[in-house]
Amino acid sequence: MTVPVTLENARERRVRTGGVELCVAELGEVGQPTVILVHGYPDSKEVWSEVAPRLAERFHVVLYDVRGHGRSTAPKPLRGGFTLEKLTDDFLAVADAVSPDRPVHLVGHDWGSVQSWEFATVRRTEGRIASFTSMSGPSLDHFGHWISNRLKRPTPRRIGQLLGQGVKSWYVYALHTPVLPELAWRGPLGKSWPRILERVEKIPGAGYPTSSLPTDAAHGAWLYRDNVRARLRRPRTDAYAHTPVQLITPLGDAFLSERLYDELELWVPQLTRRTLAAKHWIPRSRPDQLVAWITEFVTSVEGGRPDGVTATGKYADRFGGQLVLVTGAGSGIGRATAYAFAEAGARVVAVDRDAEAASRTAEMSRLIGAPAAWAEPVDVSDEQAMEKLAEKVATEYGVVDVLVNNAGIGLSGSFFDTTPEDWKKVLDVNLWGVIHGCRLFGKQMAERGQGGHIVNTASAAAYQPSKALPAYSTSKAAVLMLSECLRAELAGQGIGVTAICPGFVNTNITSTAHFAGVDAEEEKRRQKKSARLYGLRNYPPEKVADAILRAVVRGEAVVPVTPEARGAYLMSRFTPRALRRIARLEPPL
Amino acid sequence: MTTAVAGELRAKSAELQGFKKVQQLAYECAEAVAARLEPGITEREAARMQREWLRERGVRDWFHLPFAWFGDRTAFVNFRIPLQFFPTNRRLEPGMPFILDMAPVYDGYTADIGYSGSLGINPVQDKLMADLEAHRELILREVRERRPLREIYEDVDRLMVRQGYANRHRAYPFGVIAHKVDRVEQRRWSPHVFGFGTQSLKGLASDALHGHREGWSPLWSPYRFSDHPPQPGLWAVEPHLGFRGTGAKFEEILVVTDSGDPVESAFWLDDDLPHVRRWAEEK
Repeated sequence: MTVPVTLENARERRVRTGGVELCVAELGEVGQPTVILVHGYPDSKEVWSEVAPRLAERFHVVLYDVRGHGRSTAPKPLRGGFTLEKLTDDFLAVADAVSPDRPVHLVGHDWGSVQSWEFATVRRTEGRIASFTSMSGPSLDHFGHWISNRLKRPTPRRIGQLLGQGVKSWYVYALHTPVLPELAWRGPLGKSWPRILERVEKIPGAGYPTSSLPTDAAHGAWLYRDNVRARLRRPRTDAYAHTPVQLITPLGDAFLSERLYDELELWVPQLTRRTLAAKHWIPRSRPDQLVAWITEFVTSVEGGRPDGVTATGKYADRFGGQLVLVTGAGSGIGRATAYAFAEAGARVVAVDRDAEAASRTAEMSRLIGAPAAWAEPVDVSDEQAMEKLAEKVATEYGVVDVLVNNAGIGLSGSFFDTTPEDWKKVLDVNLWGVIHGCRLFGKQMAERGQGGHIVNTASAAAYQPSKALPAYSTSKAAVLMLSECLRAELAGQGIGVTAICPGFVNTNITSTAHFAGVDAEEEKRRQKKSARLYGLRNYPPEKVADAILRAVVRGEAVVPVTPEARGAYLMSRFTPRALRRIARLEPPL
Repeated sequence: MTTAVAGELRAKSAELQGFKKVQQLAYECAEAVAARLEPGITEREAARMQREWLRERGVRDWFHLPFAWFGDRTAFVNFRIPLQFFPTNRRLEPGMPFILDMAPVYDGYTADIGYSGSLGINPVQDKLMADLEAHRELILREVRERRPLREIYEDVDRLMVRQGYANRHRAYPFGVIAHKVDRVEQRRWSPHVFGFGTQSLKGLASDALHGHREGWSPLWSPYRFSDHPPQPGLWAVEPHLGFRGTGAKFEEILVVTDSGDPVESAFWLDDDLPHVRRWAEEK
């Protein structure tokens, strides 16, 4: 049996530099590209314990404890021992020790990112860094310019941005008070920190933070005291990055505003942006996503320009490389949604009972930006087939990041004309399809514990009663309520649930809908007539797809799409009696 | 009697030769201009290049002046009024799809062609062009079956939906997939209004009048006035596919006759055209 790769069994060495001794750990094959991970505050290299072993499968991974942290020694005296210049010396010493003749790929989180910005923008490291992945830590110089730009030209919006970040930086001011922070960290704060992290940041414990936390945090206060005031007051004017930079921004960061990076293109000629619905400690909460993005970025830098189609979609920063599964992807809203995710660079699994249509969707998805796309011919109402699909997807493609339960069929006709078979059919697809999807793929998401999002396509019919659509509306109302309940249940696990409620959208649902209580010829006529009416309304499914992506990015709960759906939604809340009158109208078929 | 039929046939084939010649000339122009397109060229410049190339070779009148569409204008994104068809100052960029569309009149014969291409590689447009082959086959097959034009239009629509594309010929005036073309009288002065030659418009109008009386229309549209079997004559057929900001079309002349033999009843005027050659090469 092979020993699993963990930080505990990493190769360790000690590197001497500028009066301190750094503890350096190495994982993975030495011949591979070297990736150096730099931790933040208050942390030690163990913050990477989930990320490093996964990266080690492809790369030579190096981690070190920053001076004064973990098992590295602290400078004496502490004051003046943590300047960015000295930290740069440390980095160069480590890089020279582990990869003397090849530039390294740098990854930094929090203060690790702050110092890495210094490494990536000073002249003396030129040629030693191949790429830099930054998360949750801006360059102090860029930050200084960001503040002074806003002070020099204070528009209301810019003042708002300044105040917003000012409030988020409360801990920076606190850390500048003498002695007190050290006392707090070595006393009560140090003891309760793991619990605070678990409760506020939703980070599972599992051996993190380590027992060295109180000293790490006490020493690390000097990172702020030695650098922040000096750099913010007099930011360097030549802080241009000399390497490609990948910026990963968690949108739920309690300490850093995403606005900080608004003008980053000025400083970084080759910038790749990524965003993530997560809180500050992403190396703990989203290791899989980070490993995927770091791997992709490092590989593309190593291999020159990445070939093939690149994602051009509006939300490419959010969905790049993610796994998205769409049911009913063979036509209509499902197909448009699959394409929209493909354009954003997501990997797409197109599920439809029509195999040919599904493979068509997958094929076109690959053409417009999906790095990979697969077709899975499955009927969502078939429980066993769905279970098999879930197993296959998990083993072959991975855990789904965004699930879109979209497959649905139409059924119209009076309640008394609707036979039990009709009921069963429409509930099997419209409701049970969604239940199976949420049950199987939602479970995988929850078990992975790294967030995700579920989108269920309900309908405006979920809250707009109609005498013409009793069965269909019932099934969609159930989907809406299921989504709301599931949203409540999964909220604690970082998984969002959205119900999309489109009105009349021009798709082929009209020409496949069943009309209960009429003969085949009359059914054909009504299908044609309703298709014509929907065609005249002509609301394109692409707009619904855009709304779905936007809803995932914003984490919205219920999203009515089309003006009539929004109107009915408002009416259902404020004038339900008027809505009931509308429900009595005979449809013009 | 026999001599009369033979004479008619000869006249007919001479006439078809005339149309074939001008269609070949137009496609030559498209290929020549496409080869000269480079980054930074505007639609207006591309349209002017087509016009000048054809004028140098003796074209004096137009069914319509040359059009050029670049980028997402090939899929008529956000087109609301017909004026938006006219060439703009949109610049061509690497990888961008483009469509050249021209309808020269030469020696009294009209052609109307559409040529799709891209500056460098554009896999999406390549796919669209490859998928247009099925439409060319479908249209010919159903015209030979004498199906009403409106139904053929709907079948093309259905095929597009199955392929996952949007119908972009719907954006043309009257949503036409095709229109009749005919011989045009050569005049010394040939003015045009809104890009359309007055002589050709006159022909179209007189066709429309006759058609109105006899129950057919020179415009092949999704509307009720196209609910009739194919009318003998020459039809410029232009199915136009759109997919998320990329469009592709071809346009060429379909000959419809009143012959009882299915093969003779309808055929493409010329099979030696760039898109047809391309499909053959890919096989």
